[in-house]
Amino acid sequence: MPEITREEVAHLARLSRLALEDAELDALAAQLDVILGAVAQISQVTEAADVPPTTHAVPLENVTRPDVVRPSLDRDTVLAAAPAAEDGRFRVPRILDAE
Amino acid sequence: MSSADLTRFTAAETAAAIASREVSAVEVAQAHLERISSVDGAVHAFLHVDADGALAAAARVDAARAAGTALGPLAGVPLAMKDVIVTQGIPTTAGSRILEGWVPPYDATILTRLKGAGLVLLGKTNMDEFAMGSSTEHSAYGPTFNPWDLGRIPGGSGGGSAAAVAAYEAPLAVGTDTGGSIRQPASVTGTVGVKPTYGGVSRFGLIAFSSSLDQAGPCARTVLDAALLHEAMAGHDPADSTSIDAPVPPVVAAARSGDVAGLRVGVVRELSGEGYEPGVQQRFEEAVALLSDLGAKVVEVSCPHFAYALPAYYLIAPSEASSNLARFDSVRYGLRVDDDGVRSLEEVMSATRAAGFGAEVKRRIILGTYALSSGYYDAYYGQAQKVRTLITRDFAAAFEIADVLVSPASPGVAFPLGAKVDDPLAMYRQDLATIPSNLYGGPAMSLPMGLSEGLPVGLQVMAPTMRDDLLYQVAGALEAALHDRWGGNLLASVPELAA
Repeated sequence: MPEITREEVAHLARLSRLALEDAELDALAAQLDVILGAVAQISQVTEAADVPPTTHAVPLENVTRPDVVRPSLDRDTVLAAAPAAEDGRFRVPRILDAE
Repeated sequence: MSSADLTRFTAAETAAAIASREVSAVEVAQAHLERISSVDGAVHAFLHVDADGALAAAARVDAARAAGTALGPLAGVPLAMKDVIVTQGIPTTAGSRILEGWVPPYDATILTRLKGAGLVLLGKTNMDEFAMGSSTEHSAYGPTFNPWDLGRIPGGSGGGSAAAVAAYEAPLAVGTDTGGSIRQPASVTGTVGVKPTYGGVSRFGLIAFSSSLDQAGPCARTVLDAALLHEAMAGHDPADSTSIDAPVPPVVAAARSGDVAGLRVGVVRELSGEGYEPGVQQRFEEAVALLSDLGAKVVEVSCPHFAYALPAYYLIAPSEASSNLARFDSVRYGLRVDDDGVRSLEEVMSATRAAGFGAEVKRRIILGTYALSSGYYDAYYGQAQKVRTLITRDFAAAFEIADVLVSPASPGVAFPLGAKVDDPLAMYRQDLATIPSNLYGGPAMSLPMGLSEGLPVGLQVMAPTMRDDLLYQVAGALEAALHDRWGGNLLASVPELAA
């Protein structure tokens, strides 16, 4: 059934923010073909057409709690575990273009 | 009592010995730390051992005992925890390079509860990266080895927790089970492993893989020990919005009852035959016959949509994973590479994720992203969720004619390291029998049913949602009869591992 090309995998990798090497893209294309070929049998379950999807095993809805202020994690403790922090904030690489 | 002996006791026996002042919690912790020092070089069940923390926690139990404080049923008992569960002040990696060196700023709810109950955390156990795998070979920190045969896998993803328990490094461990990651390792290491009802045990502080399927549960050497740990960690948690606000099923009482007279046990026709090793099938048939001898009514049930559980799972779980793992963005915690002041956030993020995730995690992220793509969503993810409904209906129909369902827990014995690591589909088939309960949400357990080719194999018991007690009732009865037959616990014949 599916025939996944390296270009398609490269597109998926970009969407997933994974900078993959060419060799990884080739290997993944071949593996995805095999895996998707196997999982595609799910389309044979024609009686599924008329049933509602299950998103969750427990039918809970709208779980709420009282709207009261509670202590959260200490800011400095959290920032200490970050790759980079500055002035009490996470420091991130350039987001906007340099121009 | 020599210190080596202290590691051979069950959790229930250990707690009783501490409460009656036969031994101190510090002596028990020390004995297990020594055991870890002597065998974990060979087994590699642990990613991190917190000796100082364990001894301090044990000393607090001893101090409470000396002060006359009433102790809980597991006070002073050592515990190992899968490294996917966050532990304040103790490194947590989920088996991934992307979290190497990360020290969480808070404890998971289950750990808060277990600490409060006086359990002593020894350390964090090895696992397939982000719990994706069935062999623990996908750990970024190297595999765990099966104590029964060091050339074989201990199962996965929770191979470290199962191996630690089987190797007498800890009497109890916590695992997580998304598609079988507690039960399949239990099956191939001769231990007891339970996936509780989804929502029965808090997921707060559990690093998410597939949020609609993930569930933490106990690993132990006996059914009663698993029940004691289950009871200590279960129950409603306001911090987890999927947690069920209902009383914890009476699992300890059920484990002790040991009575299955009149209970209807359904053998699932679709979870046998092709794909299951003959030795597994044979032990399974013997165990079912034994249940019948014990007074259970054995019936055959058919769950026709179980045949599609594996494909449904391998669409739903990677889809949820591709979303959940987006949080590893090189900004808030964990790894960051190539941040040279020139590269953009997107470039740094993409380079970090490529460097920090292993091959199986990348495979599942890409697969999940594909299954969720517009144009494929209805055919893959949407269809899988509908099939999930049909599988749930199969369970409901089966539980009309049977109180519990049984099957082999894994299709075979522990396989040699490397045998399936390059064949994702063969690896995925390890979860044939365990996945249906994750999709349905009901509880399921693996307990030892004997040896095949000299290696342990497990029987799976499945029960309706929030009837976790039925698992323990059946398993308690079967375990007692099997221990009579074997002259004790199967694990007594685990090879001597110490050099």
